[in-house]
Amino acid sequence: MSRIGKIARRSFLIGSAAIAGGVAFGLYAVRKTPENPLLAGLAPGELSFNPWVKITADRITLITPHADLGQGAMSMQALLIAEELDVDPAQVATEFGPPAAAYWNTALGAESAPFLPGDTGLAARATRGAMNAAFKLVGMQGTGGSSAVPDSFVKLRQAGAMARETLKRVAAQRHGVDVALLRSENGAVILPDGTAVPYTALAADAAQSDPVQEVPLRPDSDWRLIGKPMRRLDILPKSTGTQVYGIDLKVEGMVHAAVRLNPRRGVLLSHDATAAKAMRGVAQVLPIRDGVAVIADNTWRAMQAAQTVVCDWGRAPYPAEMADHWAAVEAGFDPAHLDKEWRADGDMDAGLTAAEVVSAEYRAPYLAHQPLEPLNAIVRYSEAETEVWTAHQLPRMLQDLVAGVTGQGSGQITLHNQFAGGSFGHRLEFDHVLRAAEIARQMPGTPVKLTYSREEDFAQDFTRPPGMARGRGTVANGQVQAVEIVTSGPSPSRSQLGRAGYSVPGPDNQLPAGIWNAPYAPAAFRVRAHAVEGLAPVSSWRSVGASLGGFFLESFLDELIHAAGADPMAERLRLCNDPVARGVLEAVAELSGWQGPSPAPGHGRGVALVQSFGVNVAEVVDVRMTDAGLRIDRVFCVADVGRVVDPVNIENQIQGAVIWGLGHAMNCEITYADGMSEQTNYDSHSGMRLDQCPEIVVRVLENAPEVRGIGEPPVPPAAPALANAIFAATGQRLREMPFGKFVDFA
Amino acid sequence: MRLNVNGTMHEVDVEPDMPLLWVLRDELGLTGTKYGCGIAQCGACTVWLGGEAMRSCQIPASDAEGAEITTIEGLGTPAALHAVQAAWVEGQVAQCGYCQSGQIMQAASLLTQIPNPSDAEIDEAMAGNLCRCGTYPRIRAAVHRAAQLMREG
Repeated sequence: MSRIGKIARRSFLIGSAAIAGGVAFGLYAVRKTPENPLLAGLAPGELSFNPWVKITADRITLITPHADLGQGAMSMQALLIAEELDVDPAQVATEFGPPAAAYWNTALGAESAPFLPGDTGLAARATRGAMNAAFKLVGMQGTGGSSAVPDSFVKLRQAGAMARETLKRVAAQRHGVDVALLRSENGAVILPDGTAVPYTALAADAAQSDPVQEVPLRPDSDWRLIGKPMRRLDILPKSTGTQVYGIDLKVEGMVHAAVRLNPRRGVLLSHDATAAKAMRGVAQVLPIRDGVAVIADNTWRAMQAAQTVVCDWGRAPYPAEMADHWAAVEAGFDPAHLDKEWRADGDMDAGLTAAEVVSAEYRAPYLAHQPLEPLNAIVRYSEAETEVWTAHQLPRMLQDLVAGVTGQGSGQITLHNQFAGGSFGHRLEFDHVLRAAEIARQMPGTPVKLTYSREEDFAQDFTRPPGMARGRGTVANGQVQAVEIVTSGPSPSRSQLGRAGYSVPGPDNQLPAGIWNAPYAPAAFRVRAHAVEGLAPVSSWRSVGASLGGFFLESFLDELIHAAGADPMAERLRLCNDPVARGVLEAVAELSGWQGPSPAPGHGRGVALVQSFGVNVAEVVDVRMTDAGLRIDRVFCVADVGRVVDPVNIENQIQGAVIWGLGHAMNCEITYADGMSEQTNYDSHSGMRLDQCPEIVVRVLENAPEVRGIGEPPVPPAAPALANAIFAATGQRLREMPFGKFVDFA
Repeated sequence: MRLNVNGTMHEVDVEPDMPLLWVLRDELGLTGTKYGCGIAQCGACTVWLGGEAMRSCQIPASDAEGAEITTIEGLGTPAALHAVQAAWVEGQVAQCGYCQSGQIMQAASLLTQIPNPSDAEIDEAMAGNLCRCGTYPRIRAAVHRAAQLMREG
């Protein structure tokens, strides 16, 4: 069994208050500091203070283990280390580093605990602590859940501070001066007479010395870098075509592979590769699980040849037709499918019988990730070691799973992580890397580069789950009184982790995400999530459950507010019971100059507030009816992340997330026919394009008590704010995405 | 087959119907031009043929013979940026950056035809270049800024 598997006993702890196994036996291991992985690779005279800082005689290297998917993680991590180390991030080297337990994610575990972010009670704190301990125990290294900033914010500054103080102590000893008289600046210790001693000149001596451990962090007022615009470290290569992504990599002696996999995700019954084998540049055709791989001397030749393989595919292990998927989701409303009742505030049943009940039903479809860089991986297998070059968000789990394919130990798998051309959750999945490993296993010593065609990538995408919600509620005296939301759909966590070999004990907290944690306190509030099995495999898609839940709750709340005859902004403010969320709503009202949902004939404004990953985000969307259809003119977005690391990057991230949320709500869905996705390329699943992009005005607040990440939280409010704006402009209530099925967009 | 790429003649031995995209990437090692969709829906593979922006995934190699081909590597370099690239850097446009070679080639082509484009003209010229990260607001601003930089010389 794999390393992580052994410790976690194949029980992954998402969404469960029960910490299966793990923690009790692990107190010692939990307290123990994981080994610094950089020590293994050091040459004489090289120095690594901790897993994030490496100094040699000729260079300073910052290790930035969070995967850079485009969100700027490498720059952010370098900035935080540099803040305390006193180096210019642009003047030092940066590396993703090896997979290692030392890089366990200190924020993701707590986020997985099924408690509201504002809950600081004993049970919540104890469970978050236990979840964190479990993540440390298994060395759970991962990028996801908008956790890179909260994971890094303190520990990377501590890493920089420890390294700085150790170097100062060495300089003090060497030059016979009191360490208190030394400063540090721009990669050097500054002696009292102004002489600059470069860190690199101190490395050899420092390597003989125990690192200084307890270093207080500098106060906010002394920050040089945090909170100020940073030039991204990758901006020059990404503006000149010189950034090397996994798909651009070359390894000596490499061959190119393309695959044909069962588009229904069933078995391959038989195939005929005669034509492919006769094509120019084709070396061989190899069998792999549920498909075939073509090996050639060029990517295009491999893809062309793969297309000619005649395949007899087995049937899908899920319903063949979309109508049956929806029927299964609908059947999931049966009480037998209850996953958990997540909220039961006030007397809901009395509330619902006392007055006329407003009810509505909503749908959200399967959606594909489809970052622009297609899935790819290079794998070189040999008996002693397997090397993998790919961009991935879960490096240690990847090692374990590749080892399972090659029949080696996890320690024999080396991952060279790469810059990713986008992810949105796609590179949390393993299948494409395991396919490459399967091929490489059959060609010992030869590096195999597998590149998916866009069509293969669409066909094999582990999509966002579809879902439905039924809302019931009441209004009285111009106010919303009772709100009930019941959802039904497949569990993303169980499907995703199940593929990696883990079980998820207990309910999936992504099913009610964006609903149960809403910062509202109506007189009665009930949230139930129902889970459905047996549908197409699903996964985490940017903002995960909240991308459905936010749409369900904020759409239904808008209907209730309309029924009450109240103002959408004023009534949300009245219902809001969280001071941070209230601040966000007030700010978006001010920023947008809110004076009601119908500013002029043919114009509509919609508002939505969704909390996800601990971040409250409110958006106001302005639409206008034109001869060509509905035009989205402007979006106002306010988010509170506690602390801004880089004001330019956060604006870019928020704008991108709003566009992601709007674009998919407008024109994207994955539908199945004959067991296969009907959408095979961007012509039928594009998201937003530049000509439809509104002006997006962003304001970021820093009132929240903890620092939080922003990659996902602006996604969920976009779709309901758009739907609510369309209602305000047209009187048409859109309860199903994509909206483009019902209205035209200009 | 002989191809003129960024002012250099290259002898390549490929099928006449191999798309220029794959000749550039796999045969000549010019990986700045990206594969995104293969069906002219994303624009990541945009290059210039005779100064005009085109989707290299749709150009058979044989059609590119005799034409002046310009790729992102030929537009400017990190040490000598084209005005559009300078505007892209200044505006911190890129997120994942995978589409940006195509965006930049498309924008630079637009600015040679319309030195001072309106928002509507930018929308029309750039609508075929997909950015899944959603950097569109920054792309619009950077095209205007590049126009200004080019006017200032």
